[in-house]
Amino acid sequence: MNSSFFFGLSTIAYIFAMISYIAYLTFKNKTVGLAATSITFVGVISQTFALGLRWSEFAELGQMGLIRAVPLTNLYESLIFFVWCLMIAYLIIEFKYKNRSFGAFITPVAALVLAFIDISGMSKNIQPLVPALQSNWLLAHVMMSFISYSMFAISFSTALMYLIMKTEKRTEPAYIFWTVMLAVFVLVLSAMGLDYISFKLSVKSQEELIRSYLFKASFRSSSSAVAVLSYTVAAAFIFFVWRFGGALRKLIAGFNISHETLDEITYKLIATGFPIFTLGGLIFGAIWADQAWGKYWTWDPKETWSLITWFFYAFYLHGRLMRGWKGKKVAMVAVLGFIAVIFTYLGVNLLLSGLHSYGAQ
Amino acid sequence: MEKEKQKSFIDKIWDVFASVKMAVVIFFFIAASSMVGTVLEQNAEPEKNIKILTKMLGADAAPAAYTFFDRLGFLDMYHSWWFVASLLLFAANLIICSLERLPRVMKLVREPIRPIAVDHIEKMSIRKTLNIKAQHSKDKTSNLKERIESAIRKIGLAPKESLENGAQYYAEKGNYSRLGVYITHLSILIILAGAIIGLFFGFNAFINLPEGQMTSVAYKDSKGTEVPLGFELRCDNFEVSYYGDSDMPKAYRSWLSVFKDGKKVKEKSIVVNDPLTFEGVTFYQSSFGTIPDSAGRGIIVLKAVSKDGKSEQFNLKVGDKFTIPGTSVTGQITDFSPALTFDENGKTRTYDENMKNPAVFVEFSGLGTGPFSGWVFKRFPQTWNLPDGSRLEFMDVWGVEYTGMQVRKDPGVFIVYLGCIIMAFGLYMTFFMSHRRLWVGVTEDKGGTKIIIGASASKNKAAFEKKIEQLAEMINTGQKGGK
Repeated sequence: MNSSFFFGLSTIAYIFAMISYIAYLTFKNKTVGLAATSITFVGVISQTFALGLRWSEFAELGQMGLIRAVPLTNLYESLIFFVWCLMIAYLIIEFKYKNRSFGAFITPVAALVLAFIDISGMSKNIQPLVPALQSNWLLAHVMMSFISYSMFAISFSTALMYLIMKTEKRTEPAYIFWTVMLAVFVLVLSAMGLDYISFKLSVKSQEELIRSYLFKASFRSSSSAVAVLSYTVAAAFIFFVWRFGGALRKLIAGFNISHETLDEITYKLIATGFPIFTLGGLIFGAIWADQAWGKYWTWDPKETWSLITWFFYAFYLHGRLMRGWKGKKVAMVAVLGFIAVIFTYLGVNLLLSGLHSYGAQ
Repeated sequence: MEKEKQKSFIDKIWDVFASVKMAVVIFFFIAASSMVGTVLEQNAEPEKNIKILTKMLGADAAPAAYTFFDRLGFLDMYHSWWFVASLLLFAANLIICSLERLPRVMKLVREPIRPIAVDHIEKMSIRKTLNIKAQHSKDKTSNLKERIESAIRKIGLAPKESLENGAQYYAEKGNYSRLGVYITHLSILIILAGAIIGLFFGFNAFINLPEGQMTSVAYKDSKGTEVPLGFELRCDNFEVSYYGDSDMPKAYRSWLSVFKDGKKVKEKSIVVNDPLTFEGVTFYQSSFGTIPDSAGRGIIVLKAVSKDGKSEQFNLKVGDKFTIPGTSVTGQITDFSPALTFDENGKTRTYDENMKNPAVFVEFSGLGTGPFSGWVFKRFPQTWNLPDGSRLEFMDVWGVEYTGMQVRKDPGVFIVYLGCIIMAFGLYMTFFMSHRRLWVGVTEDKGGTKIIIGASASKNKAAFEKKIEQLAEMINTGQKGGK
C-alpha cells in the first residue's frame, strides 16, 4: 500500500463528511452529527498516514535525510497539506466550541480543493528537489506558511458568516460587500470550471490552462456575443445574490451560534495565524532567501504579496481596537485578507513570474 | 506669539501622523502600489512589459500605458523615490503612534497592583463569591489567610496582603506583556534601519567565473560596472550532478579559492544554500553555463586503471593518445560531445551545448582482441570497462564551464536579523502572554466569612477563568481541591 491509497481514502471520507454535515444541519439529528465528526476524524487519520508515507517515499527517491524530504514542493502536495491543516484546525474548533455548524462550510472547501486536484489533472508524481529547495528551512518555512493559511481560511468563513448575520438592510455597505464578494467568488470558480470543460483537450497542464485560457470560455471569449452574455449573466447573478441574500441570513440564524462567538473565533484564528505567518512565512522566508539567493528581500511577487497579506491582517488586529472599526468593518478586512492569501498562494504562481515559481509545476 | 504659532503647526503635523487615518492611507498606498509592481515585471526589458500590458489593455493602449508607468517609475518602483518615501512615512507613523500611546501603557506596566474597594472586585470581568460557614471560620483567620495565599501560589501567582478595610489578597503576572506591541513596532523599525544600512554601505553584484580563472572584481549590472572585492577569487572546478539517469540537476558545486596578497587564504566548495564568506563579502552559487565558443577547447581528464590496479591520470584533448599503465594498450580520443544521446535508430546525436552528458569516443589498439572503440560517458560508469578487464574512468571536462555567483556585501544584515529575533519575541509577548490580575477580598459576614474573588486577563480570558475556578475550589475545601 502506498500513499495514494490513503490519500484516496481521505478524499472519500471528506466527501462523506461533507454530506453528513449538510444532513446534520438540515435534520439537526445528533447521531448524524456524531457520524460526520467520526468520518472527518477517519479522513484526517488516513491523510496523516498518507502524508507520512509520501514523506518516506520522497526521502527514498531523493536520496536525502527525512528533514529535507518534506513533501511540500509542488502545487499538488501543498494543496493536500493545506486540506490536512484545514481539517485539523476545524476539528479543534468543533471540539472547543462544541458546535458542528461550521462543518457544512469547511468540508465543502476541502472537497472542492480535492476535486480541483483531480479534475485539473495536475501532476501527482514525486519530483526530486531542485538545488534551491535543498535546505532545512523548507520544513519550517512552508509548513508554518500553510498552517497560517488554513487558519486564515477558516477565519474567512467565520468572518463571512458574521457579516451575513449582522447585516439586515440591502443598502448597507457591509451587506453589499458580502453579497458581491460571495457572488464574484462563485462566478470566478464557475468561469474557471467552464474554461476547464472547454479547453481541457487543447492544453497540456493546469498551468497553461490558467496562463493562456483564463476566462476565455466566458468573459474573454473571442466571440463577443459569448462575452456580452457572460457579463450579463454575471451581473444578473450578483443582483440575484444581493436581492435574496437575506435567505442565507435566516439559514445561518438557525445554527444557534451567536455573532459574538463568530467574531471571537475569527479573532482567535487571526491572532494565532498572524504570528505564525510572520515568523514562518516572512522571517524564515527572508533568512532562507538570504542563504540561497544572497538577498533577504527582493520584492519578488511572492514576497510582495505576502507583505500585502501581512498588512491586511496587521490592519485587522489594529482595527479591532479602533473606535468605529470593530464589528462589521474589521470582518470585511478579514474577508479581504483571505483573498490576498489566495492570491499569494495561487495567483502569484499561476499568473505572475518570479523566483518563487516552484509551486506551479 | 510667533513661537506659539510654530508650535501649533508642529502639533498639527504630529496629530496627523498619530492619527489612524494616516496609517490607513499609508497602508493602502503601499499595498495598492505594490500590487501594480507585482504585475509589471521590475527592471525588465521594455518588450516584456509591453507584452504584459498588451495582454491586459490591448495593443492600442499598451505603448501609452507603458510610457505612463515608466514616467511614474513603476518599472523599478520599489527603488523609486515615492515608494521609499512611503516606507519612511510608514516608519514615522509607526514611531509617532507608538510614542503617543506608550506613556499610558508604561504607567500601567510600572504601577504595581494595589488593593481595591470590594465593590470594584465585584465588577471585574471574572468574579466569584464564596461563603464559608461560621464553624469553619472559627478555626482562625490566620488559617484562612494561609489557605488563600497557598491557593494563589498554586495557580502560579505571588500573593500580597493588605489589611485595610478587611483582609485582601492580590496578585498579578505578566504586566510586561502589554509592551509586546511596542517591541514588535520597534523591531519593524530596526529591520528598516538594517535595510537602509545595507542600501548605503553594501552592494549586490554577480560574477560568471570560468573554471581555472581568477578575478578581483564583481559586476554590479549588465553594463559591467565593476565592484572591487579587495581580494582575489579563483574557480578551481565546477561540477553538476544529476538525479539518476535524468537531466534534472541534483546539485551544482563550485570549488573556490581565495587569495590575498598572492597567498591562498581560504578554500571552500559552495552549493546553492551553502555560500562562501570572506571579509564580509559572500558568494552564492546561482547559475552555471558553458563559455561561448569553447567547443573543443576543454581538457578531458581521464584515469586509466589496469586490471592489476595500476592507475594514471591524463589531461587530454581531442586527438591525443595515452597508454594504460603497465600494458601496451594505447587509446586515442577521436571525438567529443558535451551532451550525447542515441536516437531510436541507435545513431548518436548531441542534444545540448551544455555539459549535460559528456562523452568521448576512444579508439584502442594493442588489446590483443583486435581493434576496439566506443563512447565513454562521464555519467555512466558502466561504459568505463574494457574487454581486457582494465578500466578507463572519465573524471571531468575542465575549462569550458563557468560558475554564476551572486556576490553580496551587506553590513546591515545582522541588524535585520536582530530585528527579526526581536519581532519574534514581541509577537510572542503580544499574542501568547497575558496580563493577569487577581484580587481576593475577605469580609466578615453574619454567620460566616464572605470571600469575593475578582480577576482580569488581557488575553485568553477563558484559560484564566478556569484557574480561578480551581482557586475558588481550593479555598473552599482546603488543600484537597488543588492539583
